[in-house]
Amino acid sequence: MDIFLQQIINGLTLGSVYAIVALGYTMVYGIIQLINFAHGELVMLGAMVAFTVIGALAGTALPPVLIVIAGVVAAVPVCMLVGYTMERIAYRPLRNAPRLAPLITAIGISIILQHLALLIWGRSPLAFPQIIPLVSYTIGGAIITGVQIAIIAISLLMMGGLTLIVYHTKLGIAMRATSQNPQVAGLMGIDIDRIISFTFIVGAALAAVAGVMVGTYYGIAHYTMGSLLGMKAFSAAVLGGIGNLAGAMLGGILLGIVEALGAGYIGSLTNNVFGSNYQDVFAFLVLIGVLVFRPSGLLGERVGDRA
Amino acid sequence: MNTFAKARSKWVGVALIAIALIALPFALASVGTAWVRIANFAILYTFLALGLNIVVGFAGLLDLGYIAFYAVGAYAYALLASPHFGLHLPFWVILPIGGLVACVFGVLLGTPTLKLRGDYLAIVTLGFGEIVRIFLNNLSRPINITNGPQGISRIDPFRFGSFNFSRSETIFGLTFSGPIKYYYILLALLLLAILVNLRLQHSRIGRAWEAIREDEIAARAMGINTTHIKLLAFAMGASFGGIAGGMFAAIQEFISPESFVLVESVMVLSMVVLGGMGNVWGVVLGAVLLSFVPELLRYTVAPVQHALFGRTIIEPEVIRMLLFGLALVLMMLYRPAGLLPSAVRKRELARTNGSAE
Amino acid sequence: MSEALLECAGLDKRFGGVLALAEIGFSIHRGEIYGLIGPNGAGKTTLFNTLTGIYPCDAGGFSFAGEPLAGLRPDQIAARGIARTFQNIRLFGNLSAMDNVMIGRHVRTRAGVFGAILRTRATLEEEAAIEKRSPELLGYVGIAARANDVARQLPYGDQRRLEIARALATEPKLLALDEPAAGMNATETLELEKLLQRVRADCITILLIEHDMKLVMRVCDRVLVLDYGRKIAEGPPREVQCDPRVVEAYLGGAA
Repeated sequence: MDIFLQQIINGLTLGSVYAIVALGYTMVYGIIQLINFAHGELVMLGAMVAFTVIGALAGTALPPVLIVIAGVVAAVPVCMLVGYTMERIAYRPLRNAPRLAPLITAIGISIILQHLALLIWGRSPLAFPQIIPLVSYTIGGAIITGVQIAIIAISLLMMGGLTLIVYHTKLGIAMRATSQNPQVAGLMGIDIDRIISFTFIVGAALAAVAGVMVGTYYGIAHYTMGSLLGMKAFSAAVLGGIGNLAGAMLGGILLGIVEALGAGYIGSLTNNVFGSNYQDVFAFLVLIGVLVFRPSGLLGERVGDRA
Repeated sequence: MNTFAKARSKWVGVALIAIALIALPFALASVGTAWVRIANFAILYTFLALGLNIVVGFAGLLDLGYIAFYAVGAYAYALLASPHFGLHLPFWVILPIGGLVACVFGVLLGTPTLKLRGDYLAIVTLGFGEIVRIFLNNLSRPINITNGPQGISRIDPFRFGSFNFSRSETIFGLTFSGPIKYYYILLALLLLAILVNLRLQHSRIGRAWEAIREDEIAARAMGINTTHIKLLAFAMGASFGGIAGGMFAAIQEFISPESFVLVESVMVLSMVVLGGMGNVWGVVLGAVLLSFVPELLRYTVAPVQHALFGRTIIEPEVIRMLLFGLALVLMMLYRPAGLLPSAVRKRELARTNGSAE
Repeated sequence: MSEALLECAGLDKRFGGVLALAEIGFSIHRGEIYGLIGPNGAGKTTLFNTLTGIYPCDAGGFSFAGEPLAGLRPDQIAARGIARTFQNIRLFGNLSAMDNVMIGRHVRTRAGVFGAILRTRATLEEEAAIEKRSPELLGYVGIAARANDVARQLPYGDQRRLEIARALATEPKLLALDEPAAGMNATETLELEKLLQRVRADCITILLIEHDMKLVMRVCDRVLVLDYGRKIAEGPPREVQCDPRVVEAYLGGAA
């Protein structure tokens, strides 16, 4: 088996999920310069809701694809609602406050969502029922599963869809205008509040789908799954250049590949001093490295503190 | 009122508080030794919160990985005073070492990251905290340094010759249990920490911290070496964390990476925010409140639920965290400068007009 | 009197492809009030930011009291004796006027962490000196009564004065003022003028960006005129005033 190709495939899969989550961070950041700390929890919430629905329908005679779609259809509106509500309650009143304030409410919201999930679904992880038959293909000595193909394909579709919205609709133009200069956008007759709400809702919908995908990939969903995933996706957004849509996609996929290759090779590179249990360190190292050496990210404008 | 009477009433107040603090552990012990332990942890958290206050409150740098320094201090203590490496240095040697090691970590983290804007710094420090925890979890091979997730046990308690802080002793007819003895030494260290905080705040360094928090460019133009002064804040805060970690290891006599998770960082940050960033007494209040209220919940929530529903529906821990999150949100919305705000922070956070920066 | 305090030669500053300052050269003599004028966007503030280390310069350099300063950080430049104010006032807004001035003493004092914690004798003496000097400086600029007021809530003119007091607290050899009279009424401007004369009388050299030409004519010994990042004239105000290139720069190109 070809380890390199295999890790690339695994990295691409996870990377597409990171990219989808990173889009949520980057859109919100682009428009109101806020790191929505609770975004990772939306991913978790999406996975939990979907798993509940999928679990309930697993015994029925419905085809597996329909069951998963039903899960997504349930998860997306829930996440949209939560995303909208959190912006209204926790961020909007603090839009002109010092940066520290919304960051702290974001942490608060994150804690609340996590523990509400704990309250609803309990401490033990939800398992994905065995409804999807394991299909796999071999390319060049590596294995790619049906789920992996689906994740990559759906992610690409969503990225394409989002790009269409942002660059080819009136709403998208309004979003871009608001992110350039909210005051002026307001003067031009754009309802900024509505645009910001819309941004949160779109980000939340993406997060919900990402949650379902990552849950399906690993086979479990857990109330704590959001924070680490969120952190990694945020790192991906920074890697690509925060505020930049293409950057988030590129960053996500790159981060996924770096992580997979890192985990695959760290053992042999360090003579087994470090093993693949250090996998989670890579995202943070990438994050710190990017912020220190190229804070603008691969495709973004600079974010260092100046005037 | 003349100044003499004023000064006298102030001293009477201080004396009363001192007596209350001295008597407190015995009062608590009469309810249960568990409460003395809780008081000790409250002191420990207050110590930590005061350290974080230097970074967040004074210098305005949001550090979400603060618990990493606590971990470093705790592991430094554990490795130098336990059978793990067979080392048994006395605590008054290790506590400063722990502070120093944490300080070095603080500088290591600070040096590459201090150019970053506030919210990025928050994320990077958070990542740093996670990295430290991942290493603690995995540095058990090829050489067993941290003993991995099992943690390190049988850590030495504080000892002065034959005077052992973990044993109970009767002096003048009063029984001093282990936790009560720890209470006094922790209290003494805490008072020292408060003094250090207050003196730093009203010093040339404290003013420089205020200046960079207010306007970094202007601070630089006034001759303040901002990198140096920020690093100093990081180093000071980290040392506090390291010393607190050492105390934690000694009291618990056992540590594992479990104790140093992100939630702990958030908890300490909440104490600072809730009490009042930048105000030493506010931070003390925040830390004491957030240490005791959850325990009160633990002792009331479960029995109340049992009485009402016959079983525990919501675990106290979950309620604690929910209230915690809610408190953070509500505080920021309605009382952003904290319960006992510092005058400066109040003005800063009250500014709601225009200008996003 | 004619000994040079600040000498600047061939100074370039680029922003991307734009040459914001091109081959700027001039020298400021000890004890004079040196004006820096030019239309909006001429590069005056850019020159200020370059001289105070906020921007690095791309070519050329400058020396101060004989020591080359180009490439130093703002705090190092402040320590060498150049203090400044900002066009868009950058006080420590939430602190009191007194605190602002006390922070200005930072660069001339030494107490570190240990001094602060142990309250050593040296630290205590230093603090006492700071607490004595700061109100004096507030009095010097005429806002002694405002010592405990929050900087952000001071009237505009007083904020400008406070910025000068804060800059003076660093014991500068050269005080660089970026439009100190902006937004001031005639009376306030007159008082500012007196203050500038006093500062000069106390042997502090002044570099002044100002749009109020009457003020410039009255107080400046010499002026430098910038336009599109280039030096177009230098000399006593009366002479410069008549320079055709200056007239052209201000009144619009004779295209």
